[in-house]
Amino acid sequence: MFGLERKDTTLFLVVIAMTMLAPFLLNPFPQGSAMAQFNAGYPDLMQRFVIFGIFAIGFNILFGLTGYLSFGHAAFLGVGSYAAVWMFKLLSYNIVPALILSVIVASLFALVIGYVSLRRSGIYFSILTLAFAQMSFALAYSVFTPLTNGETGLQVYTSDPQYLLGNGPNVTHLFGLEMRSTTTLHLGNWSFDFGVGYYFCAIIMLISFYVAIRIFRSPFGMMLRAIKSNQTRMNYTGLNKRPYTLAAFVISGMYAGLAGGLLACMDPLAGAERMQWTASGEVVIMTILGGAGTLIGPILGAGFIKYFENIFSKINDGVLHSWFSWLPDGIENFVVKVLAPFFGEGWSLSMGLMFMLVVIFLPGGLVEGGRRIGAMFGRGKADPAPAPKPAE
Amino acid sequence: MGILEVKGVNKRFGGLQALGNVNLSVQEGSVHAIIGPNGAGKSTLLNVLVGKLIPDSGSVMFDGQSVLGRKPYEINQMGISRVFQTPEIFGDLTVMENVLIPCFAKRDGSFRMHALESVRHEKAIFEQAEAMLDDVGMLDKRGMHAASMSRGDKRRLEMAMCLVQEPRLLLLDEPTAGMARADTENTILLLKDIRTKRGITMAIIEHDMNVVFSLADRITVLAQGTPLVEDIPENIKGHPKVREAYLGEAQV
Ligand SMILES: Nc1ncnc2c1ncn2[C@@H]1O[C@H](COP(=O)(O)OP(=O)(O)O)[C@@H](O)[C@H]1O
Ligand SMILES: [Mg+2]
Repeated sequence: MFGLERKDTTLFLVVIAMTMLAPFLLNPFPQGSAMAQFNAGYPDLMQRFVIFGIFAIGFNILFGLTGYLSFGHAAFLGVGSYAAVWMFKLLSYNIVPALILSVIVASLFALVIGYVSLRRSGIYFSILTLAFAQMSFALAYSVFTPLTNGETGLQVYTSDPQYLLGNGPNVTHLFGLEMRSTTTLHLGNWSFDFGVGYYFCAIIMLISFYVAIRIFRSPFGMMLRAIKSNQTRMNYTGLNKRPYTLAAFVISGMYAGLAGGLLACMDPLAGAERMQWTASGEVVIMTILGGAGTLIGPILGAGFIKYFENIFSKINDGVLHSWFSWLPDGIENFVVKVLAPFFGEGWSLSMGLMFMLVVIFLPGGLVEGGRRIGAMFGRGKADPAPAPKPAE
Repeated sequence: MGILEVKGVNKRFGGLQALGNVNLSVQEGSVHAIIGPNGAGKSTLLNVLVGKLIPDSGSVMFDGQSVLGRKPYEINQMGISRVFQTPEIFGDLTVMENVLIPCFAKRDGSFRMHALESVRHEKAIFEQAEAMLDDVGMLDKRGMHAASMSRGDKRRLEMAMCLVQEPRLLLLDEPTAGMARADTENTILLLKDIRTKRGITMAIIEHDMNVVFSLADRITVLAQGTPLVEDIPENIKGHPKVREAYLGEAQV
C-alpha cells in the first residue's frame, strides 16, 4: 500500500492510528482524578508533539542517514516562524501562504549554511553549523530587528497591511477553518478535546513521515547511508558526496522550516529564542533518544521530550507532598526533599539522566529498547517448540 | 599506445624524491604488475593514478584523456576502479547494498536526486548485482552485514563492487598483503578467474613478486621511485638489477 513495503506500510498505519486517536490515547485518566495531571491530550501540547516530530523526522534524514551532526538546525525552525508571521502581517491569517514561504525561506537558508558547513566534516561541521545558528540568533536581536522585531518578537498588529484579509477571520485559519477551534467530547468522567490545529499539524506530520519513509528506501537514501559508512569507498566508487550531503541538509532544513511555520500557525508569534543553541540541542537529543537512523525513533523522541518538558515540569513540591502524604511526616518530608530536584523546575535534570542512561545502555534509543523487549517475548514463545519454518 | 600512459612523472615529499621520471604503459587487456621493495614509491604512483595525489610534473593519460587534476570520483567515472590494501567496503550496509551502490554509480553518474523512487523497484540493477554476487560465490551472503564478514570475504566483496562497474582499468594495491597463505592463494585464483572470464585490464601493485609471477603479462620493477626494468615475468625473476633492488630482503 502507498507504494511502500509491507513492513513500512504497517508502521505507517500504526502511526496514522496513533496520531488520529491521540486525543483518546493521551487522556487515559478521568477528569479530576489524581492522575489527571499526567494527561497530555490537550490540543496545545499535542500540536507540539507532532510539530517537533516533524522537526526531528527531518533532522534524522541528515543525522540518521549521513551521520553529519548539525548543531544549528534551530536556525531553520526560527526562520520558518518569522517567514510565516510575515505572511500573516502582509497577506492574511491564511496559513497556506505562510507555510509555503516558511519552507522556501528555510531551504534557501539551509542551502547557504549547508554549502559552507559541508566543506568540513565531523566536529568541524558541527561547530560551523552551531556558529551559523548563533550568528542568526544574534543578528535577529541586532541588525535584523526591522525583520524580527528584536526582543519583543514578531507579531501581527492591527496596523499591519494584511492586503488579503478582507472579511476573513482574525485568527489563523485554513481557508476559513480556524486553527484554534476545538470540540470537546464528554464521556462519563472523561473528556476528550479535538482541535482543528492539532489535526492539521498531525496530517502534515503524516505526510512528512511518509516522504521520509520514501527517502529512506530510495537509492538516494542508500547513498546517504553509504556516506555515513565509508566516504573513501564512496569517492572511489564514482560518487560525489557533496551534492548528496547538501541535498540531505536542505531537505532537513525544509522540514525544520515547516515545523517553525506550523508553530507560528498555531500561535502567530516568532521570537529569536527559537533559534537558540538549546533548541538545536533539543532536536539532537530527541533524535538520539528515540533512535537515530530509524524511521519511528525521532517521533518517539520528540513526543517523549515534549511530554517531559510539559508534564513532569508541573509536578511541584505540593504535588509530591500529596503523593507521599501516606508516609509518616518526617519521612514524607525527607522523600519529597530527595525527589524535588528531579521534578518541577528540575525536569531537565531527570531528562539529562535519562538521556545518559539511554546513550550508555541503549545506544539505539527507545526503538532499540522496544526491539529488545520484542525479542525477549519472541524468544520466550519460540524456544520451547522450535517448529520448522514454513516456506513463505 | 596503451590504455594507460604515464610519462615523466615526478613527485617529491620535501627532500624525498618519491617518484623520479616514471614512465609506464599499460596495454589494454593485459595484466601489468608493478613490484618493488618497501618505500619504492608504489603506493605513491597508485595515488597519482587515482587522483589522490597530484604529481609535480609529468602526464598521466587514460584512454587519451588526462587524469591529472581530476577528483577520485571523476576518475572512477572515466572507468578506473580501485581495490585497496585493506578492503574498503560499506561496513554498515548489507552485502547486496554494497554491490547495488556501484551499479547506481555506473548508471546514474556521480550524483542523482532519486529520492522518492524505491530501490526495490530497480529490477535491472538488482539482477546485475545478483549476477555479480553469484559470480564471486557470495549470493548466499547477500543479506549479511558487510562488516561482520571475514577478511577474505571483504576482499572478495570489494572486488565484486569494482567488477560490477565493468571498469576499463582495475587497480589493485597489494591485494594479498597481510593475508594468510590460503587466503593469498584464493585471491590469486580469483584474479586469474577474473582475467580469463572478463579480460579486464589490471594494474597490480605488489611487494612480493611470487604473487604476480603467474598472473602478470608484464612486470615493472620500481626502486627508489624510478622504474629499473620492464619485461615479461620469466625475464624479471633472475634479473641482476632486480636482485640488487631487493637485496637484503627475503622475498626474491
Ligand atoms: N604523504 C607522504 N608524505 C611524505 N612522505 C611520503 C608520503 N607518502 C609516501 N612517502 C614516502 O615516499 C616513499 C615512497 O612511499 P610509498 O609510495 O608508500 O612506497 P611503497 O608503497 O612502494 O612501499 C617512502 O619513502 C615514503 O616514506
Ligand atoms: Mg605501499
